[in-house]
Amino acid sequence: MEFNFDYSSVADIVKEAVRREILLSELILKQQAEQLECSCEVLFEKMKERYQVMKESVRLGSDPDLRSVSGLTGGDSYKVMQRHQSGHSLVGSLFSGAMYRALAVSELNAAMGKIVATPTAGSCGILPASVITMQEEYELSEEKCVMSLFTAAGVGMVIAGKAGVSGAQGGCQAECGSASAMAAAAIVELAGGTAEMAADAVAIVLKNVLGLVCDPVAGLVEIPCIKRNASGTATAFMAAELALSGVRSAIPADEVIVAMKNVGDQMSSSLKETAEGGLATTPTGKNLFQQVFGTEMKDDETVCSVCTGCGS
Amino acid sequence: MNVFDIIGPVMIGPSSSHTAGAVRLGLITHCLLGKKAIEAKITLYGSFAKTYKGHGTDKALTAGIMGMETDDVNIRHAIELAKQNGLSVTLDVSENAALHPNTARICLVAEDGTSVELLGSSIGGGSIEVTEVNYMPVFLTGEQTTLIVLHQDKPGVIAQVADFLAEEGANIASFYLSRQKKGGESVMTIEVDGTVNQNLNDKINALPNVISSTLLAV
Repeated sequence: MEFNFDYSSVADIVKEAVRREILLSELILKQQAEQLECSCEVLFEKMKERYQVMKESVRLGSDPDLRSVSGLTGGDSYKVMQRHQSGHSLVGSLFSGAMYRALAVSELNAAMGKIVATPTAGSCGILPASVITMQEEYELSEEKCVMSLFTAAGVGMVIAGKAGVSGAQGGCQAECGSASAMAAAAIVELAGGTAEMAADAVAIVLKNVLGLVCDPVAGLVEIPCIKRNASGTATAFMAAELALSGVRSAIPADEVIVAMKNVGDQMSSSLKETAEGGLATTPTGKNLFQQVFGTEMKDDETVCSVCTGCGS
Repeated sequence: MNVFDIIGPVMIGPSSSHTAGAVRLGLITHCLLGKKAIEAKITLYGSFAKTYKGHGTDKALTAGIMGMETDDVNIRHAIELAKQNGLSVTLDVSENAALHPNTARICLVAEDGTSVELLGSSIGGGSIEVTEVNYMPVFLTGEQTTLIVLHQDKPGVIAQVADFLAEEGANIASFYLSRQKKGGESVMTIEVDGTVNQNLNDKINALPNVISSTLLAV
């Protein structure tokens, strides 16, 4: 089978799906089966296993007693889940459900639990929360939900190729932003939207996270990463809702991705996962550093220079 | 790149760049050595150097060096396990900013004195790039079935390896060759489509002038 795209552009993938009159997920599954030289069934089963890990990480992560290895985080997902289950959430069942699930997976990650990196561990709560919430709220089939992960993966592959998905390279926009864009495309497909709508949702998400820095307190993937997973999930639903309504993005997805790459390149390295700027160097950020490592973080110090792990 | 690089890996937290990618760098070095390491010297660069302790990068690299996969629940105990298993790990940090932000140099030594040295980066989402083996430039990601053949720079070695691949019906996706000096140690890194038989690797290993051949399965 001839495929007229190579994951260098969202527009090319959309065009091919429209031409064949199939869903993005079907197109990506078929192309990947050919690329990886195995059957669609084998790939689907492999993806299904990952979806099971995602569900398990929501379950384990919403435990009230869960704490991260540093002790800084844990237990917040449970609080939001309680409110969600009470039926009195401010934002409704879908939104509060998505929030507690995003926090759950992300809090489990900080506790050195088992998660699926989507696309990274720092952003691992966004896609599971989005897809599982769609399944719960709309009683969607397991198969449909697993398939939507292929759509998300296709979007992620384009972003990874054109811009990169690591916080160290592109800031949080590249991590949680990419995850959020992937989730938005999956949500649009699960809600019955078109491939063009999915591309618009991707563009709308990324436009809203441009410039988001990676500034982990004490260098740990906890503060502010966990709450940014909740925020990334909210952004994904927002963008999907706009796109499903027919709202177009003035700047196409592929151009927004390049803009994100350029912003990432212009970002100071102190704001790219090095814990040398942003929230990491606030007075409270520094205090938390001391709380975790037992030494004070001075103005001219970095996480590295106060650590004695290497014995130097 | 494929869908499971983006939806995956299934891993132990907290950071795919600093934990899962680091496990994979350690694991490839472990595979290249091909036997139990008793000594590991690790140098960290960039973000790895600055935040390794909080992310558990030292534990992750050590876990990979001991042969653990990215979803092994024992990663968090790697340092203690190394001590119990007679593996001595020393860790250094470097200020060299020219390299990718998340880079590590790993040198492993086995009991019989065999050693291997690797330079690689974790490029996000648990994906990696290996850029040097024994100070020779290479380029491999471990995303496709890969053969890493260390050999003496003598005429005919490449042809013999290529013959074996042809007999197996394996299609070469990329081929990269470099050497330390004329007639000295050389390395070919060969990415092939689909999968190949371990048998092929054994045959290459038995060739004259081949120092070692390592098959990295996907």
